[in-house]
Amino acid sequence: MLEIKNLKASIENKEILKGLNLNIKAGEVHAIMGPNASGKSTLSNILSGKKGYEISGEVRFENNNLLKLGIEERAHKGIFLAFQYPLEIPGVNTNNFLKTSLNAIKKARGEKELDAIEFLKLVKKKSSDLKIEEKILNRHLNVGFSGGEKKKNEILQMSILNPKLSILDETDSGLDIDALRIVSEGVNTLRGSKNSFLIITHYQRLLNYIKPDYVHVLKNGKIIKTGNFELALELENKGYENFL
Amino acid sequence: MIDKELEKLKDYKYGFTTEIENIKAPKGLNKEVIKFISNIKKEPEWMLQWRLKAFERLKHLKEPDWQKPKFSKINYQDIYYYSAPKSASEKLKSLDELDPKLLETYNKLGIPLQEQKRLNGIAVDAIFDSVSVATTFKDKLTEKGVIFCSMSEAIKKHPELVKKYLGSVIPVNDHYFATLNSAVFTDGSFVYIPENIRCPMELSTYFRINASETGQFERTLIIADKGSYVSYLEGCTAPMRDENQLHAANVELIALDNAEIKYSTVQNWYPGDKNGKGGIYNFVTKRGLCKGKNSKISWTQVETGSAITWKYPSCILQGDNSIGEFYSIAITNNYQKADTGTKMIHIGKNTKSKIISKGISAGYADNTYRGLVNIFPKAKNARNFTQCDSLLIGNKCGAHTVPYIKNRNSESKIEHEATTSKINEDQLYYCQQRGLNTEDAISLIVNGFCKEVLQQLPMEFAVEAQKLVGISLEGSVG
Repeated sequence: MLEIKNLKASIENKEILKGLNLNIKAGEVHAIMGPNASGKSTLSNILSGKKGYEISGEVRFENNNLLKLGIEERAHKGIFLAFQYPLEIPGVNTNNFLKTSLNAIKKARGEKELDAIEFLKLVKKKSSDLKIEEKILNRHLNVGFSGGEKKKNEILQMSILNPKLSILDETDSGLDIDALRIVSEGVNTLRGSKNSFLIITHYQRLLNYIKPDYVHVLKNGKIIKTGNFELALELENKGYENFL
Repeated sequence: MIDKELEKLKDYKYGFTTEIENIKAPKGLNKEVIKFISNIKKEPEWMLQWRLKAFERLKHLKEPDWQKPKFSKINYQDIYYYSAPKSASEKLKSLDELDPKLLETYNKLGIPLQEQKRLNGIAVDAIFDSVSVATTFKDKLTEKGVIFCSMSEAIKKHPELVKKYLGSVIPVNDHYFATLNSAVFTDGSFVYIPENIRCPMELSTYFRINASETGQFERTLIIADKGSYVSYLEGCTAPMRDENQLHAANVELIALDNAEIKYSTVQNWYPGDKNGKGGIYNFVTKRGLCKGKNSKISWTQVETGSAITWKYPSCILQGDNSIGEFYSIAITNNYQKADTGTKMIHIGKNTKSKIISKGISAGYADNTYRGLVNIFPKAKNARNFTQCDSLLIGNKCGAHTVPYIKNRNSESKIEHEATTSKINEDQLYYCQQRGLNTEDAISLIVNGFCKEVLQQLPMEFAVEAQKLVGISLEGSVG
């Protein structure tokens, strides 16, 4: 589904990714762990299409040259990024934003858009599945949300948009156990034969709830080791410094 | 050529011209032209004298020049002060007699005049260049005693009301553009709501400039008698032309004891092209007088068009416990300029005013909020709350806030809040990641920014205004 070959990226002449290779097949869950400044967030930015990077190498997503596509086109193809710091948009009702987003994607795919009632049904179901209080849906998007509420809102959006590839950029940082559980359930519910995940994290903690198929260690812009869940435990015990 | 025309119209879909035979006054500003206007409208002598008085006064006035947007000198002798479709020169008995070209024009503008097609509950007065061409739903309004007609008709049929109130809020010699209007005004709407009547429908006027080199000088007068209520909306469009056209209207509102007037404007005059060529100079004087106790006047404006918008819809809070409100969205894109705001004059006791202003600038545009809160010594317990927010899109536009506060009463309370923010790249990125294209993302963010004001508009127009907000900003992010 996603194939990354020799990806290099720099920003303001500083090279951050230095030849990264990664393959994700449909249905797989991959975790990327690494110390600060190893290039984790850069990777998620580049996959989602954020501007400002000098890029070389190849990224293919379901036979598309991903690097040629605009941000929203990638979203239409089924790439979702759960932001590390979700943005606040004053005056825009969360429900309305979600509906606009879902229908923009459906429209781009030539599918039928949902009307207000169909959408409400969907959002009711998804939020109760994830035990997310409906009242946050009536507030302005992320405005005055706690850190946990913002992350839960990201997961709710993910479950409504049902993306093929979800990238979680340090979604677990700053979450308490309950919120962590909600995030994990969101992923586990979507997890299936088709939906793939790329989970970027500092800590092994989240991986106790979402058992990844593969764990990669990113350091200095390259994947230096790949293994299974055991690798995450080993990292947690030894620390990045000793491990590398 | 046709393709090119169509291409142009994509940006401003109201930019077409209607080919129609006109009756025009000779070009220029002089006594003869004023007499011509008064004569063709078959006005009584007192009205002509009123105009001539204004014209005398005008000779001693100069254009104000303190505003931020500067403009090239207007040659007042090079303007037609009266232009009207020939077919509209005789009074029509019914809409069926209206020139089909005019009907078609209004259909194209989305204002079908045939009543049966109208949205339920909105009466329209349609002003084409210098004349009112049709007023709908008259019968239904007459039942309640509501008078809704063109200004020209009111001068003839209701002279006692016109004499009493015309110029009572904007004096004949107020300032250059207001005085010019008093001398040459052509048409506009007149509304009178009798005592204790709640006007059964929204009233609206649709202003259309069509002829070239023509100025539009309309005059609107709304009187809400004791205990009455009216909601009034005006919309405006004009064809695309390379030269600037002047629009200098006067609007006067009078609310007596316990009366309420809600006045909404969706202004979408031609803004000029991408390089700032052409467009309307929108120099308008709007003033409301809360004359009676517990009266209320509320202005809501969505200003998206015009090359230069220069106006301060104001409230004179004379009656005790009266309330003035001003809700504004001013959007400037490309080379548009706006200098707009309000004046809240607190004279009576316990008077309250609220100002919510949202300015949005994109491209090379410049947007100024200018407002006065003036509290008189006897205005005990007067209160004002002002909130001015500016939003910038891109880094070549400007936003300015110029509040003037005069307080001469120690028991009053005044609050002023102001913010300036930019649509940041990250907000756009976030929306795009969720599948919205850049323009939809901007429209969403800007509509969120304007929400408090959009909520004030009558329902039927809120949706239109939201779309307009999006359209006005198209192409604002490269």
